[in-house]
Amino acid sequence: MPATRPLHLAVALDGPAQYDPAYYVALARLAERGALDFVTLGDCFARPGLDALAVLARVAPATERIGLVPTVTTTHTEPFHVSTAVATLDWVSRGRAGWAIGISTTEAEASLFGRRPAAPADALWREAGEVADVVARLWDSWEDDAEIRDTSTGRFIDRGKLHHVDFRGGTFSVRGPSTVPRPPQGRPVVVVDGTAGVCREPAARYADVVLVRAGAPEQAAALREDIRRRAAAHGRDPDTLRVLVALAVDLGVGEAAPEPGLAAGPPLAGGGPHFSGGPVELAQLIAEWHSCGAVDGFRLAPIAPHRDLERIVNGTVALLQHRSLFRTFHPGGTLREHLGLARPASRYAPTTRTPASTQAGGAV
Amino acid sequence: MTAARRQLHLAAHFPGVNSTTVWADPRSRSQIDFSSFEHLARTAERGLFDFFFLAEGLRLREHRGLIHDLDVVGRPESITVLNALAAVTDRLGLAATVNTTFNEPYELARRLASLDHLSGGRAAWNVVTSSDAFTGENFRRGGHLDRADRYTRAAEFVRTARGLWDSWPPDGTPRRFARHGRHFTVEGEFTVPRSPQGHPVVIQAGDSDEGREFAASTADVVFSRHTAPEAARAFYADVKARLARHGRARDELRIMPGASVVIGDTDAEAQEKAAEIRLQQVSPQNAILALELVWGRDLSSYDPDGPLPAVDPAPCPDPDSGPVRGRVRVADPLAVAAEWRALSEAKGLSIRQTVVETSGRQSFIGTPAGVAAALDTYVRTEAADGFVLVPHLTPGGLDDFVDRVVPLLQERGAFRTSYAGTTLRSHLGLAEPVWEG
Ligand SMILES: Cc1cc2nc3c(=O)[nH]c(=O)nc-3n(C[C@H](O)[C@H](O)[C@H](O)COP(=O)(O)O)c2cc1C
Repeated sequence: MPATRPLHLAVALDGPAQYDPAYYVALARLAERGALDFVTLGDCFARPGLDALAVLARVAPATERIGLVPTVTTTHTEPFHVSTAVATLDWVSRGRAGWAIGISTTEAEASLFGRRPAAPADALWREAGEVADVVARLWDSWEDDAEIRDTSTGRFIDRGKLHHVDFRGGTFSVRGPSTVPRPPQGRPVVVVDGTAGVCREPAARYADVVLVRAGAPEQAAALREDIRRRAAAHGRDPDTLRVLVALAVDLGVGEAAPEPGLAAGPPLAGGGPHFSGGPVELAQLIAEWHSCGAVDGFRLAPIAPHRDLERIVNGTVALLQHRSLFRTFHPGGTLREHLGLARPASRYAPTTRTPASTQAGGAV
Repeated sequence: MTAARRQLHLAAHFPGVNSTTVWADPRSRSQIDFSSFEHLARTAERGLFDFFFLAEGLRLREHRGLIHDLDVVGRPESITVLNALAAVTDRLGLAATVNTTFNEPYELARRLASLDHLSGGRAAWNVVTSSDAFTGENFRRGGHLDRADRYTRAAEFVRTARGLWDSWPPDGTPRRFARHGRHFTVEGEFTVPRSPQGHPVVIQAGDSDEGREFAASTADVVFSRHTAPEAARAFYADVKARLARHGRARDELRIMPGASVVIGDTDAEAQEKAAEIRLQQVSPQNAILALELVWGRDLSSYDPDGPLPAVDPAPCPDPDSGPVRGRVRVADPLAVAAEWRALSEAKGLSIRQTVVETSGRQSFIGTPAGVAAALDTYVRTEAADGFVLVPHLTPGGLDDFVDRVVPLLQERGAFRTSYAGTTLRSHLGLAEPVWEG
């Protein structure tokens, strides 16, 4: 019954570099008012702008429900640091963190570190997959009830519930366990842009949310099926994945009565098709693609963040809500809850306490 | 007679991952929930403190080959917590301890500059150099650096970070940055404009000769471990004297020992409270652990209520071996053991009592007025420029101090009655660094 699957909506806060937190807080609050699932913020070491995870940590206490998904690269960073920073974003947001996995392919980025030369995307995605794997193991490395505060024995933790991960990858190894207790969501939500062929595999294997680019619902449906099939081949339940169409939107031309619909348009961030038209037409498009079961939702990237987000929330989302196609409030507190994804059990927890269905991430 | 009074600087250390935190106290709350960090930070800001301080450890300590389970274990990652705290405070400085051995200068300079922007100029970085192979097992570079190399890497790291912060002129477009050093080769453009206080404040916390020299040449603040009056004065004189050699004035560096405070309505009540806290901190299990840190041997079969071991400590303190990995062992175990034996014999003390006596961590015990006077005296007699207060309770451990001692310090004219500026540098009375593009 594809038509009854809940619709998921997210929005990208990318745009020209901004250095004042008030800018991001205002946008995130606006998105939160629209009950959107999450906001994303891209990052790159070689382009003006602040550290994306830092920005969303600054936004966390200024918001209450919206999910916060920064891009963090795996190429010039330490997997251990990535795991602790994202886990901490989950702690400070009380379970609203995600992580969009990025890689750094350019010479410009490599020379900022001087540690390794630039490498081709396929090798870097292979490494990114290993990083995703070890980061999730580190999140699991403290079982949920590891802190015991047992005054009779003087033990703060039960060390039997902390686990070395002993991970050996192609370019790094990590002994573990994490220095951060297991985050509120168990594992923060992993997002992978699965547009390029080389990231399809790590996306199917490690992501909770996969972004795809498509110019028509049939194309989106085919991509979604492909990802779900690959996920199943890795032993995952495909229903634990959300596939969102990444769509750049320009709602600024509505007044000038343009042709609504998908246009090739000028190349926008990430390339691919983009939508230009009015908020009502955008709602129409979202409703159509979703109701035929082609997608689980959309990650919209406004080309003029403030103006377009305002129109998305007050126009597009309001209309979808009016037609009962989108929620009017966040029923849960965590990003996993917004997405309808179960909180995973730690892989290190004894299986007697963990029914197999939960282990595989069955829906709540 | 109103010659400008030397003003006290205060910082708040978030308790945790040490044996001073009394987690079993009924008032003790979560060590990890954001609400705990928020409570202590808001308390510190209410008390007009200069900054809030977070320590770091990049691998869980192990005890006899198992993860150490007696102390608070586990804490969030510092810079991320501080970015969140920037949203719930306005003036308080935000200091993160971040290691130079297991980070790269470009990434860390950018994270710190981001914190400085997102907090409106309140960021600080405590530069630490721990480098044992034990910690290295969590990182790409792994390995081990000897002490000399650790500090040359740290110095080059800080120079590189400052170069990056300066590569974007105060009002202009970024310049290309290039540095080819022994430890780092960094080329390209920095992505963050010059931050509201010029550069984040640099703190240093090592104690060796190399560490002190590094502080004198590089740091804005030293977090020292010397609180006993004579040791504090000697350390202060030594480090301040080193500044001239680096072309720096005495007041370009603030020296702030870590200190704990216990207050009571009377001196006797404060002493009693302090003794109770000591017993909670030095549980029988913790007493044996403290002993093993000196002896470098497994002493699990010893009775904490019995006498000290007759055997001598193991000779070579090596942080990568011995029963307690991931902790700094004392520099001269034989001397410390001899001292402890003498004390134990003279007073007839058990192992636990000896540890209680020798590891006294409460630097200031007394009535609010007595504590205020003592803190002020330290500053006026050049034993310190201020203190990093280390509470034993999370997160309410500084409530009493802020409510009862701070007003008395203000009455004495020893402490500010409002923040004069908005940046951490302005609280510390440190000039903005001159742009050196
Ligand atoms: C008061 C104080 C606090 C410290 N805090 C930390 C810390 O949070 N994390 C860390 O890795 N090292 C910490 N250190 C260790 C020092 O940075 C340094 O690595 C250590 O003291 C050895 O250097 P040294 O030989 O110069 O003393 C601290 C040291 C002192 C004195």
